Amino acid sequence: MSIAPVAVQPIPRGTLAGRVGKRALDWVPALVVLVLVLVVWQESIAVFHIKKFLAPQPTAIASTFWTNRHELISAGWFTFQEALGGFAIGCGLALVVALVLARWRGVGRALMPYMIAANAIPIIAFAPIMNAWFDPFSKFSKMAIAAVLCFFPVLVNTLRGLTSVRPQSIELMQSYAAGEIETFRRVRIPTALPFIFTSLKIATVLAMIGAIVGEYFGGAFTALGVLIDSRSTTFQFKEAWAGIAVACAYGIAFYLAVALLERLTLRGMPSTGD
Amino acid sequence: MSVVTIEGVTKTFDGGTTALEGIELAIEEREFVSLIGPSGCGKSTLLRIIGDLIRPTAGTVRVNGKPAAQARADRDYGIVFQDAVLYDWRTIARNISLPLELARWNRRRRGERVQEMLRLVELSGFESHYPWQLSGGMQQRVSIARALSFDPALLLMDEPFGALDEMTRERLNLELLRIWEASGSTIVFVTHSITEAVFLSTRVVVMSPRPGRISDVIEIDLPQPRTAATREEPRFFELVTRVREALHLGSDHDRDLTAPRTAEAPS
Repeated sequence: MSIAPVAVQPIPRGTLAGRVGKRALDWVPALVVLVLVLVVWQESIAVFHIKKFLAPQPTAIASTFWTNRHELISAGWFTFQEALGGFAIGCGLALVVALVLARWRGVGRALMPYMIAANAIPIIAFAPIMNAWFDPFSKFSKMAIAAVLCFFPVLVNTLRGLTSVRPQSIELMQSYAAGEIETFRRVRIPTALPFIFTSLKIATVLAMIGAIVGEYFGGAFTALGVLIDSRSTTFQFKEAWAGIAVACAYGIAFYLAVALLERLTLRGMPSTGD
Repeated sequence: MSVVTIEGVTKTFDGGTTALEGIELAIEEREFVSLIGPSGCGKSTLLRIIGDLIRPTAGTVRVNGKPAAQARADRDYGIVFQDAVLYDWRTIARNISLPLELARWNRRRRGERVQEMLRLVELSGFESHYPWQLSGGMQQRVSIARALSFDPALLLMDEPFGALDEMTRERLNLELLRIWEASGSTIVFVTHSITEAVFLSTRVVVMSPRPGRISDVIEIDLPQPRTAATREEPRFFELVTRVREALHLGSDHDRDLTAPRTAEAPS
């Protein structure tokens, strides 16, 4: 007899999020892979005589990073702020819209086609338009792009979560004469939380990508995307790679922060409690 | 005064299916009434109409002398489904206290009542477990504790042990009788099982399908309190046979009664 609602099952057990907070030993296989990849990369460039400016060796990237660490980290921080702002706006709006759509299904039927159409907008084409609408040197133009990217996955997942409550759970609340708000608060939202966190984790990475893509179409000189773009167009690939590594580091840290928040919020839930 | 009074209740669903027709039934205080019948006889629908979870097309239902909707608003009944319907994100204690939170009991009173209910269903010590850590039978006991936590006069049970194995079911049957004794509530119990209905009930209401009707009402005069030994008494078997025959007659209702009766068991 399946007691857990089907909806709660899909929280992935084996993903990175599931491993956050587990024993250090669990990380050993992943670390071994990382070291192997770096060694093979490092050595094959020397062995196959690949031009170093095209694919710099990891050690060269690392030393470039170290020399430029202050500039890179502060550029990353600038871009991260844009990503974080976009994440907050996009996810916040998506959560509110999902609540409205879950409560008033008719609104959903009227709006959903346009939400799907909005999701089909190629973000690359959208970025220069946002730069034109808002000041390209302000953080806000990049936040807008990141927000658009975050919006849809969070909306769809949250809506799915809010509406995948078993009918008997709702009947139970009705038998207690619980109102609409109580039912949302005590049943629908808790049921949706695993779905919401899954989409928020996706959105962290999308927000970083959105901010950097936006910066490719013009932005402050202190931004990471502008830095990577200018270095790669001037064939300074070591610097570009170091910038990419910093972008990844911020993205991963953002993801892990949300995964940690998920763990704290959902402790006791079947899939995260083990 | 009857706890439940059902008068002329008919339910036709949107598709035009008549689930119930002309239901008349009064359930007195402290009764244990089972609704039994084959699938599609509308017994679960009738239970939900008593609980005002479904509105009848015609007829009236009164619970504790009030219209069913008012009784639901006053939280006059607790309900137990076939699945325990526990919330995975709440501990056992907080699952039991859910209706108390909705009724705005303060924390201290809630805590005391939860302990009391855990003792009643013999699950003391499990308050901080989560539902998925408990077996199906234990989960169903939590669900009963939750339904009784706010002391409702009426307990509605929709095949509560239908998904459990036979041994767990027999044990929980005994436990339910003990809880019924201790809580002093009136129980309306939907089941597929003839032996379960006879063992538990003071009255068995036999229903027939298409459209759902009450075809027979059988008094169960087995002495109280009932024990495991009750299941071996000759009178128990007589009553089981009596209910079984009533079910067969009911399911033959719209067929030619002179034709040889098939051995089809109403499952």
